Formats: sequence, C-alpha cells, structure tokens
Amino acid sequence: MASSSRSAEASLAIAGPQGLHLAGSWTSLRLAGIAARLDAVPANAGTELDASGIEAMDTAGAWLLQKLTRRLNAPLRRLKPEFAPLLAAVAKDLDTHLPAATPASSTGWLAQLGQLSQQSLLQGGALLAFVGETAVVLAQGLRHPQRLRWRPVLFNIRTAGWDALPIVGLLSFLLGVVVAYQGADQLRRYGANIFVVDLVGVSMLREFAPLITAIIIAGRSGSAYAAQIGTMAVTEEIDAMRTLGIVPLEQLVLPKLLALMLALPLLTVFADTMGLLGGMLMARAQLGVGYAEFVDRLAKAVGMSTYLVGLAKAPVFAAVIVMVGCHQGFRTRGGADSVGRQTTRSVVQAIFIVIVVDALFSIIFSALEL
Amino acid sequence: MSAELVIEFKGVSTRFGAHVVHQGLDLSVRRAEVFALVGGSGSGKSTLLREMILLQRPDSGSIRVLGVELGQSSAADALALRQRWGVMFQHGGLFGALTVRENIGLALREHTSLADPLIEELAAWKLSLAGLAPEVGEQYPAELSGGMLKRASLARALALDPELLFLDEPTAGLDPLAAAGVDALLRRLRTLLGLTIVMVTHDLDLLWQVADRVAVLADGKVQGVGSMAELAAMDHPAIKPYFDGARARSAASAATQHAGSPSSKPS
Repeated sequence: MASSSRSAEASLAIAGPQGLHLAGSWTSLRLAGIAARLDAVPANAGTELDASGIEAMDTAGAWLLQKLTRRLNAPLRRLKPEFAPLLAAVAKDLDTHLPAATPASSTGWLAQLGQLSQQSLLQGGALLAFVGETAVVLAQGLRHPQRLRWRPVLFNIRTAGWDALPIVGLLSFLLGVVVAYQGADQLRRYGANIFVVDLVGVSMLREFAPLITAIIIAGRSGSAYAAQIGTMAVTEEIDAMRTLGIVPLEQLVLPKLLALMLALPLLTVFADTMGLLGGMLMARAQLGVGYAEFVDRLAKAVGMSTYLVGLAKAPVFAAVIVMVGCHQGFRTRGGADSVGRQTTRSVVQAIFIVIVVDALFSIIFSALEL
Repeated sequence: MSAELVIEFKGVSTRFGAHVVHQGLDLSVRRAEVFALVGGSGSGKSTLLREMILLQRPDSGSIRVLGVELGQSSAADALALRQRWGVMFQHGGLFGALTVRENIGLALREHTSLADPLIEELAAWKLSLAGLAPEVGEQYPAELSGGMLKRASLARALALDPELLFLDEPTAGLDPLAAAGVDALLRRLRTLLGLTIVMVTHDLDLLWQVADRVAVLADGKVQGVGSMAELAAMDHPAIKPYFDGARARSAASAATQHAGSPSSKPS
C-alpha cells in the first residue's frame, strides 16, 4: 500500500468471453469512473474474475470488489494474499452494515406552512414565558435591591451605552442632515424655509432618534447578548450556574436589562441632540436659517410632549432588545453553528419587534392626542 | 519487518517566546508500529504532534513524514501528504453543522471523484469499523456522548484510508469499558489496514496493551524510547513515575496476563 500514490488508475479489461481482468490501484483516490463500469458488467453465469493485476487496495476498493463478486456470484482468482484479510473483513460487514435507505421526506406546501406557523406560535409562546420568568426575577430583585449585582450593571452600561456613543452620534447626525436636506427643496419652493425646524425637530425627536438608536443597539448589543449566553449554554456554563444555586436569569439577564433600560434613554437624548445639530447645519447651509433663529423656532414649534413621547419609547425598546437577545441565547443547543443561527435570529427579531412596537406607540399616542 | 522510517525528527527545537518546548529533539517512528508519546503536562507532546501534522512549524531542525521534508514542502506536497494521514483530535473536531455520516464522507467528497451513493456506503462502513451503530450516522455531533464522539472522529480520520493515523488522547474522558473498546478497536484496525499509529496518551492500559514503542518526553528531549517492558527496566527520574504507583502496577500486571498481545506484530 505504500506505493499507492504513484501507481496506475484502477482498471477493468474484458479478457475472453467469460473473463474479467482487474488491475491497477484499487484505492479511493484512483477509483474514479470504475464504479459505474463495474455496475455495467452483466451478471452472466460462470464469469471469472482475475485479480492478479491489482497492485494496491484500500477499504474503498475492497468494498467495490466485494460488491462485484457478490453480484456476479463469481470468486476472485489470483488475488495477492496480502489483500485477503481486508476483503474478508468487508465480506463480514457488507451484510450487516449497509446504510438504511433514507425515506424521501417531501412534505407538501400546506404541511410546511402548518409546521412554520406552529413553530412561530411556539416560539412566540416561549418568548412570552421568558419575559414572565424575567419579570418574576426582576420583582424579587427590586424587593431585595441589595441582592442585585450592581457591578455587572455598571459594566453593561459602559459596554452597551458609553461605548456606543460615537456610532449612535454619527448616525443620528447624518440622519438629521439627510432629513433637512430632503426637506429643503420642498420648503424653498413655498418660501417656508423656517419650517425646516418643525420638520427636523418633530421627526428626529419623536421617531428617528429613538428608532435609529434602538436599531443600532439591537445590532450591536443584542447580538452580543445572544452570542455570549449561547456560547455559555454550549459549554455547559449555564448548567454549572444552576447546579451552584445561581439563577442564570438573575446573573445574566437582570444586569443587562437594568443597564440597557437606563442606557438606551440616555443614548436617545444624545441622538436627539446630534440629529438636531445635523439639521441645524443643513438648515443654515441650504435654507439660510441661522443657528439662533433655528433654536428660537425650535422652542416654539416642538413641544415638550414630542420630546417625552420619543424618550418614553426608549426603555420599552431596551426591554425588547434584552429579552429577545437573551432568550435566543438560552435557546442555543448544540455547537458553534447554533450560536451563529441564534445570534442572527436575535438581531432580526429584535429589530422586527422594535419597529412593530414603534407602530403600536404611534397608534396609542395618536389616540391619546399626544 | 523492515525498519523503514515513517516519521523522522532531527534536532528539532521549538520555543514560544522565552519558553523552550523542544531543544534538539530526535525521534523516529517505524512503519506499521503503534508509537506512543507520553510526558507530563507542558512537556510538549501536543506541540510535537502538531508539528508532525503541519499545524505548526518548529524553529529549527528537520522533520520528515512519509519521506517528505516538511520544512521545504510546497503547498501541493502538503496537500498530497494530508491525504495520506488521518488525525483524530482530542475533542473530536467534528463539524457541528454536518451529520456524522457527512463528516466522514467529507474528505471522500472533497478529494475523490466517487459517486455519492458509494461515498454514503463507505462512510456507513467506516462508522461500523469504528464500532458505531448505523443510526449514529444520521445524528449531529452535539447529540453524541463522549465515547461516541471519539469513535466518530476516528471513523472520519479513516475516511481516506490513511497510511498514518494520529491520535490525540484517544481514551481521555472515557469510562474504562469504552476505553477498553478503543484498545481493541485500535488493535483490530492496525492488523486489518496495516496502519502506522502515532498517539499522545496518558492511559497506562492503552500503553501496555497497544503501544509497540513509547517515547517519554521531558525537558525538551526524548528521555527514553522502547517497549513498556524495556522502559520499565530503565532507571530515569522522568520515566520512573509511569511504573510506580498502584495504577501503573495494575496496568502492568493486566498486560502481562494478556499473554504477549502487545508485542506480537502483524506480518
């Protein structure tokens, strides 16, 4: 077998009316094409197989040869003796260990739709149950505040809040610029230049700043929560916590929840400011509305309620992001692959739910005439 | 038996920063033997294994594996070489996204042009060679127990019919029954396929029952090479611990009762 890498391809030659001559290396790397030709050999009675030309054989070759002799019901003649034990081992295993034919599992589209809806329902139910469990642990934590872990809370405020300031600031600044720029053309046509303040102020404070902040944090921190908890689940750290009498929800979820519910409103205030700055810059450049004029108009045009409505959404978005991220993390089963899948799912679901909740808020606030 | 050398280390030195792992290490493995590397934690066994399988390069010295000088091998040489050996990692190293059968068939799909049904059959057979039930082939690595994981990993290492098999701690973390099963499995595979096996292990039973020669690593060098019986006769501070103590003595007596099986080599 040592010289197998340099020798010839496996070959098959018809020698006479009833004879087959087998030669070459019957090893997995040199068997290309021979399998199909072996299947084409007719199963005539009395066929003779001459194996004297076989120079090398491995398990793949032995497997094919054994299948051939079975099918033709013809013995191998003049096989080199060193290959005999391998062939015998194949013969023993061939009967018992053929893979079971996997049944074709083709379900109709209706069944698939049913399965999909059922899965979605179950997943929604599981998320709800998780929110409930967390609420219980949170209530216990608030009753005994000395039991809460404040160090991880502060740590999470830094990683999810402070460290996100540059990206949140930059994106909301750009958003403010874009809104003012897009509005400028329309407003100039009607000579209503000053209304750019209303446009930027209301849209940024009420909708864009809370939403863009939540989306950035869902991508930035929600995914990190899912990956962290998912990896811990895979490496049995979560189970270890339970056996040590530590409640994983209290240790892993509560600090994140408290931290983000504090950090996200603060980030939103920062995003409000940066968005207005962007709008102000653009208003002066495109519409000739000065900074003092802008600020003056802002105080008149945008009420306190607009600002507070935007801010009120932030803690809810924070809760959604933490709940979805942690829940997906805890659902991780198996290995690295599953961690990746759950992380993706956490980001997609968190952003989806944030936008749905935002729509619900719009309905509620308009009903309340805020 | 010819004394053809499959692996040859000459003056190999390795260091990580200021920490010297190997210092002018020499070592040779003969064809068709079961060769074991032992040594305390941090003695550089795993580093040695990683250098043999092209996962790490030494700082100096020469390593020849299957006649190829690793230090000067081209990418094509390395690829050809990798198809001639199989590696079983300590924690399996199976791909979590694939079923066990797909894991085993991966190398066949990648490197040969065999038809898919044939690859499936061969993978199923390799699975049974490694002592696993056919149903296991449909499972994912995460669903397997530790012992099954090792066997599945062994089946994958055997996929391309390697001449040379590397095993990193083949019995670590297994219960004694499963470990004994691995002993028997390795012996059977060696006789059946004529493999050369290089393993890193701490398992005294495995050393006594399966290994033909054992190299003891300490202080960056090979302190002694020989069969367990030969090593037992040596008086060296790094080797002695493997033969003193209750566990060592019981493994030794079990092996001597096992009349001659470790030293009888296949023809």
